[in-house]
Amino acid sequence: MENLTFDLAQTKVSALNSYLHRQSGESGGQKITVINPDGAHNIAVGLDSPVEVEVIGHAGYYAGGMNKTGKVIIKGSAGTGVGENMMSGVVHVQGFASNGAGASAHGGLLIIDGDAGLRCGISLKGGDIVVGGSVGSFSAFMAQAGRMVICGDAGDALGDSLYEAVLYVKGNIKSLGADAQIEALTDADISALTDLLQQSGLNHDPKSFKKVASRRELYHWNADANQEY
Amino acid sequence: MCGIVGLLVKTPDLRARLGELMVPMLIGMTERGPDSAGLAVFTGDAGDHARKISVYSGLIEDGDNFNWQGVAHELKEHLGVSITLEAKGNHAIFSVSADPEIVKRWLKDEYPGLFILSTGKSINLYKDIGTPAEVASRYDFGKLQGTHLVGHTRMATETAVTPDRAHPFTAGEDFCLVHNGSLSNPNGIRRKLEPQGIHFDTDNDTEAACRFLEWRLREGDNLETALKKGFEELDGFYTFLMGTPDALALIRDPFACKPAVVAETDDYVAIASEFRSLAHLPGINHAHVFEPAPEEMYVWKI
Repeated sequence: MENLTFDLAQTKVSALNSYLHRQSGESGGQKITVINPDGAHNIAVGLDSPVEVEVIGHAGYYAGGMNKTGKVIIKGSAGTGVGENMMSGVVHVQGFASNGAGASAHGGLLIIDGDAGLRCGISLKGGDIVVGGSVGSFSAFMAQAGRMVICGDAGDALGDSLYEAVLYVKGNIKSLGADAQIEALTDADISALTDLLQQSGLNHDPKSFKKVASRRELYHWNADANQEY
Repeated sequence: MCGIVGLLVKTPDLRARLGELMVPMLIGMTERGPDSAGLAVFTGDAGDHARKISVYSGLIEDGDNFNWQGVAHELKEHLGVSITLEAKGNHAIFSVSADPEIVKRWLKDEYPGLFILSTGKSINLYKDIGTPAEVASRYDFGKLQGTHLVGHTRMATETAVTPDRAHPFTAGEDFCLVHNGSLSNPNGIRRKLEPQGIHFDTDNDTEAACRFLEWRLREGDNLETALKKGFEELDGFYTFLMGTPDALALIRDPFACKPAVVAETDDYVAIASEFRSLAHLPGINHAHVFEPAPEEMYVWKI
């Protein structure tokens, strides 16, 4: 398979994305390098084939969003909504990520080597997110399914109104959101953590993480709660 | 939506290139703010003259051909003050050796259609409607020199698209503020400030934040204390970038609803709403690039 380089100082993002969208399952193994991304939005969104896209530099908003079976590596930071709504495949940010990373992801793995901003994994629907650094406030808000591994600290209101997603945090949690609680790690959690850390190339003791899951008290309307949760 | 840019050069050699480095930053934020643009540049003190006053004539008919020389002449005649004039189209900077309040009162009485953009020892201010590229070319932003500047591209969401509602806003002397976001309690802030004799030029929400913070500074708060009170009083979404004669200051609301990214090297600190406005800067590939945290104060000194 030929390897191609797109220079975004010369070529529009739409030309890069059109090329990527024309690839099919048979073009598996192809590697695309993107240079001079210069913070452009929508780089490599909507991949639907097992191509590998390597972005050399900082990406703008929604990089690798809606990814399906592709692999997007960003050798720099990523703006708002990196890997949002991804279905499968891998998005790997080697720097930091801004707000709303992995929002609403249905599947796949989002790896962020540095810190992630606020609302990381908001409304997660089945994807996995591994953050090497810390996450900002309101992360995993209303996360429904999937797993989040946070190797640093978490900000305020972690896992607010959590459904069935499970969060693992190694550092400090500034505060838990409504209906989120710390639970004991089970053997299945240790095995899941070991697997996710290994896939992300991170070396942490799985036993050093805390598990955060839903207390499930918000699942049903409680007329006596008087709007206090 | 709106775009914010700021640039502070640490290396004295770069002061001559301040405007040249900034123009692509401002134009890079066109999608975030296509309707108006502006910037405040801090140039150091006004030399022999006490104060500089930036004035805009675009609100009056034929303002582009306004007779600035005539005004400067009349000012000299009537107030007996020494004045130098730097004028281009609808914009002029008067450097005066008198109490600027007397000059501004005279201008207001004699030429009520003129709009005072800024007053201070160091600040020059330009703003107008149009795309960032149009406004930058209208005032030759590329040639501006100085230690630091604060710029803005506007997509109006709260008040009308007019030159006086463009950013930066100023209050008092040598203080300016640009804003990405929207405040929910600007009228409450106004009701608090107006009884203290603080006058508002527009109905714009950002002006309330600007006048509130400048009022705190004038009441004796240092920048840090004033910003702390800002966090308590100002409700809404905001990234604020402020300029004083020796510093740029940045704060973001607790929800970090509006973006900001910083690139710092040994030569400069550059701030923008998005990285795409920083990508052209020299040495950017080796810059320390980071996102300022919500509810934190960032102050960079010249």
